[in-house]
Amino acid sequence: MSAVTLRPLRSDTLTAGRLPRWSVPVAIVGSLLIGYLIADGLQESPNLALVAGLGFVLFLVTMEVATRLVEGRRQASDRRATHLVTAAFVLALVPLGSVLWEAISQGIGRLDATFFSYSMRNVVGAGGGAAHAITGTLWITGLAALISVPIGLMTAIYLAEYGSGNRTAKAITFFVDVMTGIPSIVAGLFAYSLMAMIFGPGSVFGFSGSIALSVLMIPVVVRSCEELLRLVPNELREAAYALGVPKWITIVRIVLPTAISGLVSGIILAIARVIGETAPLMIAAGFTASLNNNLLDNPMMTLPVFVYDSYAHPGSDVTPYLDRAWAGALTLILIVMLLNLIGRLVARRFAPKTGR
Amino acid sequence: MSKRIDVTDLNVYYGKFRAVEDVTMTIEPKSVTAFIGPSGCGKSTLLRTLNRMHEVINGATVEGEVLLDGENLYGPGVDPVRVRRQIGMVFQRPNPFPTMSIKENVLAGITLNNARLPAARKDEIVENSLRGANLWEEVKNRLDLPGSGLSGGQQQRLCIARAIAMEPEVLLMDEPCSALDPISTLAIEDLIGQLKNTYTIVIVTHNMQQAARVSDTTAFFNIAGTGAPGKLIEMGDTDKIFSTPDLKVTEDYISGRFG
Ligand SMILES: Nc1ncnc2c1ncn2[C@@H]1O[C@H](COP(=O)(O)OP(=O)(O)OP(=O)(O)O)[C@@H](O)[C@H]1O
Ligand SMILES: [Mg+2]
Repeated sequence: MSAVTLRPLRSDTLTAGRLPRWSVPVAIVGSLLIGYLIADGLQESPNLALVAGLGFVLFLVTMEVATRLVEGRRQASDRRATHLVTAAFVLALVPLGSVLWEAISQGIGRLDATFFSYSMRNVVGAGGGAAHAITGTLWITGLAALISVPIGLMTAIYLAEYGSGNRTAKAITFFVDVMTGIPSIVAGLFAYSLMAMIFGPGSVFGFSGSIALSVLMIPVVVRSCEELLRLVPNELREAAYALGVPKWITIVRIVLPTAISGLVSGIILAIARVIGETAPLMIAAGFTASLNNNLLDNPMMTLPVFVYDSYAHPGSDVTPYLDRAWAGALTLILIVMLLNLIGRLVARRFAPKTGR
Repeated sequence: MSKRIDVTDLNVYYGKFRAVEDVTMTIEPKSVTAFIGPSGCGKSTLLRTLNRMHEVINGATVEGEVLLDGENLYGPGVDPVRVRRQIGMVFQRPNPFPTMSIKENVLAGITLNNARLPAARKDEIVENSLRGANLWEEVKNRLDLPGSGLSGGQQQRLCIARAIAMEPEVLLMDEPCSALDPISTLAIEDLIGQLKNTYTIVIVTHNMQQAARVSDTTAFFNIAGTGAPGKLIEMGDTDKIFSTPDLKVTEDYISGRFG
């Protein structure tokens, strides 16, 4: 007798001992149905979460029993793990889908030409738009990116290529980590008081908002770019050095191009991260109902502040204000999605060439 | 277009750890010199000191002299970048630049150093270098495709083409065939045989037959034990080292009785 006894196969065809493929969808539908019936018995009107929860537990139990009987222990645990992981993924998608759905269904109504071409100047009640907030967001975030990307990228280059473990690099890494944890409201207060020191108290304008956003954005850019530069294989740097290429040209012409696709997506994610900031912009860039294209004078409206303002200070007829708030939120989501899309396209365009 | 290298009392360190101790040797121009020895005895380390690639590693230092036709590579005021333009290097693992096409890879040393050349001259350099590396026939129809799309052996020959496009005085090769199949290995050995008419070549190899086949001079290195520095044990004509070496250790190593 050998030490290992294999369980005898129940049949000698290769597909024997496998659940048919339709078993999973059938089990899902069946479990949900039974879950619904149980929930119906327990509650007046069955709650969706309860039905889903009960259905999932039933599904797990049924599949466990069925696989154990037909396929054996190993396959049963494989299926169990697969189902738990999939369920966690679906659960994580629920809030995302629900936010999207809510923003689209509530916001689509006011997403018209007027919304994009009018500001809120002299508008009370219905009508008006967010042109001033959209341009404001683009100006302020654009300038913030213009400030943060060079500073952040160069810091990352220093850390990854020159610093490697010396004291300055360690100190920079420490401060960058601290900066990552700064609450956004503090960044707003910082920008506000900086401007107050330079231009006198009460100086609220777009540039100040850009400064606040930069404080939040720089550490994110530094961190993601540093990681990506470290991913570039050392062999490529050595190959360039061995050809007698100076270090800075190696960085500019070999290291950066190799990492470019990741760098671009990292930077775009950093922009997407700050474009929705509300608190610092409320303090630093202020509120206004009018279009303002001058970053250096007078308050400048931004989309998140517009959404907050429409929702928090509606007129006597609440509906048009809430509609505008939703449309503003939807616009913000669309801008972020557009940014991600552009990021991906750029990344693909620059990605290292592969394939034969 | 090939220079002689004289190494005198060279000690090579990684931080405090001495990896190579008191090496003195002469590498003749227009010849192939092979470095052999057990793993960890400092062959790669010594090779990298010959074109000042060693100091690229953090905390790595060198003591002693390396003379290239009488000029000390480690003398005061010597720019390592200028040294590396004269002494090319091929690494153990092929490392073509992934963002560049085959043609751009061959020209990398020239374009990255901002040399401006007319297009016709560039094409000529590409063709000559690729022919020199025995790769031209295989890639002449896809020069604009990425270099990373070639097979491992082709990539290694591309790296050799990239190194010889710079027309160096000396070519250093660190186990250039260790990742290759026997056919690519033969192609590269043939290539080394041709290249030695023009360049001084130093090659590190673990393959005794390869050392015996391609080299004119062989240097055997050894270590006393882990943590001990590597030393040059014996150096001489390849024929002599492989038939009647002066020392017993060399004979043992070559005949495969240890290491
Ligand atoms: N980057 C490094 N930092 C610290 N020590 C190193 C480094 N590279 C190599 N060493 C050490 O230096 C010694 C010599 O290494 P080297 O790579 O030159 O050996 P080698 O003869 O080329 O070996 P192999 O035949 O395995 O390639 C070894 O003890 C090794 O651990
Ligand atoms: Mg080695």
